[in-house]
Amino acid sequence: MLDIFLNDNFISFILILLKIIALVVPLLVIVAFLTYAERKVIASVQLRKGPNVVGPFGLLQPLADGLKLFSKETIFPTVSNKIVFLLAPMIAFSLSIAAWAVIPLADGWVISNINVGILYLFAISSLSVYGIIMAGWASNSKYAFMGALRSAAQMVSYEVSIGLVIVTVLVCVGSLNLSDIVYAQKSVWYVFPLFPMFVVFFISALAETNRAPFDLPEDESSLVGGYFTEYSSMLFAMFFLGEYAAMIMMSGMATILFLGGWLPPFNITILNDIPGFIWFAGKTSLMLFTFLWVRATFPRFRYDQLMRIGWKVFLPFSLLWVVLTSGFLIIFDLLPASI
Amino acid sequence: MLSVFFYLFSTIAVLSAIMVIIAKNPVHSVFFLILTFFNATGLFILMGAEFLAMLLLVVYVGAVAVLFLFVIMMLNIDFNSLRTGMIKNAPLGLLIGAILLGEIIFSYVGMRYGVAGTPGNELFVVLSKVENTRAIGNVIYTDYIYLFQCAGLILLVAMVGAIVLTHRKRENVKKQDAVKQTLRNKSDSIDINEVEIGKGVNNV
Repeated sequence: MLDIFLNDNFISFILILLKIIALVVPLLVIVAFLTYAERKVIASVQLRKGPNVVGPFGLLQPLADGLKLFSKETIFPTVSNKIVFLLAPMIAFSLSIAAWAVIPLADGWVISNINVGILYLFAISSLSVYGIIMAGWASNSKYAFMGALRSAAQMVSYEVSIGLVIVTVLVCVGSLNLSDIVYAQKSVWYVFPLFPMFVVFFISALAETNRAPFDLPEDESSLVGGYFTEYSSMLFAMFFLGEYAAMIMMSGMATILFLGGWLPPFNITILNDIPGFIWFAGKTSLMLFTFLWVRATFPRFRYDQLMRIGWKVFLPFSLLWVVLTSGFLIIFDLLPASI
Repeated sequence: MLSVFFYLFSTIAVLSAIMVIIAKNPVHSVFFLILTFFNATGLFILMGAEFLAMLLLVVYVGAVAVLFLFVIMMLNIDFNSLRTGMIKNAPLGLLIGAILLGEIIFSYVGMRYGVAGTPGNELFVVLSKVENTRAIGNVIYTDYIYLFQCAGLILLVAMVGAIVLTHRKRENVKKQDAVKQTLRNKSDSIDINEVEIGKGVNNV
């Protein structure tokens, strides 16, 4: 019996487990401090100080918030569907963590380097709608249900344009593997030739993660708290963590698809000496800052305007760009050669 | 190790498929349907068909099942009345089940004994050489391009048909026209009138 556990399979299993822990624990810490960063950035934009009481520069604020949420009571509404109510935040949270399995943080720094990495990311981000719709339904509350319906319709709509943006990049790369997508940007980052697609992707990412100015699912002024109106304590915290982890994931995806992943901006020795992980983290942070910046700057969209942009502007525009890009690649014979 | 996962995925898939039928609450049925799709994805991955697995997730779980949920949550259908036809519809269900089973046996026999010309056989050979996204693309966009395009057109017609059937012209709906709004300027929207005292404005 002992032999089974001491063979190579077992050791590789332990190694994978260690890798997962080494990824998830820092990720959760980053998520916690992203909430702090958000409050600080928005405070700066509004000429306030932001959290500055707990610890030096208020750095311990996220820990205090976590502790507070942890000590609260978990309330189940009496008419709610208990099991689904409990499952929803778990699904939302675990999906946003699961997506990180395929993201290459640096050359070879990836838990699972699968062939269809980008499709996996796309699938996970399209699944995250379930956490929200289950929460809205199980709460058995009008506000939560309205929030969930809005959110589901919004996410399904913007997925379409994200899909077309991904297709545009894939036509240029010729592979669905995330590392291959980064390697293909050695000479030029795709943000330059495909800049309009980058803009479409960024705006769709805002809508897909339910961030301002598209945060209609949690529109306080009309829906109280949207789909998590009935949630409290750690269940609420899981939605919160899931949303921020999804934000980081979308920023990482933008980094890989358009900003050259872990590659330095110029192929110079000094820049190449900086570890790829630093480049990746830097670019992702830049994207995250833009997320927060947008939140502090723009007012919330009206729902019909949101849908109009998604279906009547982004969808035709990105479809046109798919056709233009592939036409360009065929005319100038630039299609990736590996076929 | 693989067989452990195979039995895990297939057991959950079959059990949740049964639960789809017997669950009392239709919303729970849809959740179990999603679980079934999810486990089918796992089975596809075990077979090495990762492209199909991801497509199943994106298309069925990510889009189709969401629409199912929408319909079931929002429409107030009386599900007890739908449930009564069990005995009446059983022969039809059994027939469909038998046809599907026959097809599975047919394709298994084709693959196992290498019957020439069965699609399963061709794919089986190709898969061992290249990654399966490429293998599927090579088959769909070359040998079966007309059938593939035909399927696409049928779906398009279905979509247009659904829109035509449900679309109706509504009266008295105020719609925002973004282009018209942004093209408005001061000269065609504001009119300054010198109003004489005691006369009021007549020509507005």
